[in-house]
Amino acid sequence: MPRYNYQPFPYQRPPGLDVEEPRHQIVIVGAGPIGLAMAIDLAQRGIASVILDDNNVVSVGSRAICWAKRTLEIFDRLGVGERMLEKGVVWKVGRLFDGDAQIYEFDLLPEAGHKYPAFINLQQYYVEQYLVERAQAFPDLIDLRFKNKLLEHVDAGTFVKLEIETPDGLYSLETRYLLACDGAGSPTRKRMDLAFDGQVFDEHFLIADVEMDTSPFETETPERWFWFNPPFHQGQSALLHQQPDNIYRIDLQLDPDADPEEEASEAKVLPRIKAIMGDKPFKLDWMSVYKFRCAALQKFVHGRVIFVGDSAHVVSPFGARGGNGGIHDVDNLGWKLAHILTDISPESLLDSYDEERGHGAAENIANSARATTFMTPKNASEMRFREAVLTLASDAPFAQKLINSGRLSLPCSLAGMSLQTEGQTKYIKGAIAPGTAIPDAPLAGGHWLIELLNRQFCLIGIGNIALPEIAGLQRIGISQMSQDYRCFEDSDGLVAARYGTDIAYLIRPDGHCAALFTADTISDVAAAFSTAKGC
Amino acid sequence: MPDTEIDLLRDNLSPHGDIIYSKLIAAYDGLDEKASAALSARLILLMANQIGTPAILDALIETARQYEDA
Repeated sequence: MPRYNYQPFPYQRPPGLDVEEPRHQIVIVGAGPIGLAMAIDLAQRGIASVILDDNNVVSVGSRAICWAKRTLEIFDRLGVGERMLEKGVVWKVGRLFDGDAQIYEFDLLPEAGHKYPAFINLQQYYVEQYLVERAQAFPDLIDLRFKNKLLEHVDAGTFVKLEIETPDGLYSLETRYLLACDGAGSPTRKRMDLAFDGQVFDEHFLIADVEMDTSPFETETPERWFWFNPPFHQGQSALLHQQPDNIYRIDLQLDPDADPEEEASEAKVLPRIKAIMGDKPFKLDWMSVYKFRCAALQKFVHGRVIFVGDSAHVVSPFGARGGNGGIHDVDNLGWKLAHILTDISPESLLDSYDEERGHGAAENIANSARATTFMTPKNASEMRFREAVLTLASDAPFAQKLINSGRLSLPCSLAGMSLQTEGQTKYIKGAIAPGTAIPDAPLAGGHWLIELLNRQFCLIGIGNIALPEIAGLQRIGISQMSQDYRCFEDSDGLVAARYGTDIAYLIRPDGHCAALFTADTISDVAAAFSTAKGC
Repeated sequence: MPDTEIDLLRDNLSPHGDIIYSKLIAAYDGLDEKASAALSARLILLMANQIGTPAILDALIETARQYEDA
């Protein structure tokens, strides 16, 4: 039995069964990490939503476990980041083996002066639990409806009509927008018969969580171990990763002709785990067999239906780009919907969600497809190139860099896209370019920059630059004094080191830089602010 | 003669290594063994022509052959 104590969430009879509900602004289908994060993001902006989920428990099995720094910063803004960090396993050393021999070791070398580390491992069921508990802090804005299954939806042009099934019968709802956060197999996507094109890889992977008291790593600190040609089974690759509660994730690549059902039996799995763990006692907690797939919708916005997370794009694992990519979607979409629903921005602002997250998904898919190709050579020449890389890697730094066991999730740059203003940035040395997800830095008084640049558009001035007053634009000064807005000291000098000085930045609510300025011309700032809002 | 340990093994591909690797893989798509070997020979000759310097080619051949038994 899994160690995690699954507690069903209560079903409550929805009002729509008895009376017609007023039209909702937002209905979210799917109470996974993406749907829950979406509702919290909107609630923090004062936007109410209803979440529908056909189930009433958190994720069964650990599933998405690896959460990257940028995602943790988004979770910080949503109010669950610190709790995740406290529970999660922080790791930074990775080892790569070819057979028995270690061929490469890397250290993510987290630079000091960031609130969050490069990565933590935390089971999806904990993340969902924390998000549900956080969502319950907004009883007036988040209406969580478990055991409410969306059966049908019809886009009526200015709203979407929904047919919902509950244990007490059917009812209908109307909503201005329907957000499909219903996962890789998205019933919403299938109902609309949208093409979901991409690449399926032949090999099956077995994924297993085992509980053991003694660490399989030879060090005290958690690591990530990856084998090519693992000595303990026939496949091409294997991965070992640590999660909280003394649970270890094992991924084993199986032969293309392996029978998935037979492979997922204890009789097959236990000997393989014994081969990795030796005589150390362990308990099998959860397992699953799956195929790698990379696919995406051509567009994520379809009239009043918007796809977010796995429903819009799926990637193969080993790069931590599925769950992380989905949270980046939420971060990008939340403020845009809030701006539209409060009449600050036109509905066409949603085009930028397609533009920006379409680019993010393409980058994630390209990276994970390349990693999968390296891990699962599909013909003799791919195998020869991989063997050549692994052979040379024992001596050659260039070959070490080519070993691909997953390129771990980093935020994509939105440079050159329609909401950003290029301006004179090319000529400012040491500055952050428009489109970049801004880096964190510590400030005097125990503050972190990411905590201040929070939820709304912000103009941040570093050093000798005055910040003009513009309606709706928060101002923050660093290494400067002002009567009009809050100022902070750059106590460790890391803001200047990471951002340059005598520069003002226009930061979007999702923490991406929209524009930068070296003079306080109010007209330039106002124009860039207007562009960034899609006005 | 360059110092082979440093010059030949240094990483010159970053940050484009993954893209270059996938281009090499893709070049062989759909070729049988004979055609693959012939493509390799043509590619090696073209790369040798780009390198041009006999001493570097000598060192590259020597380095590659060191791993023959691996």
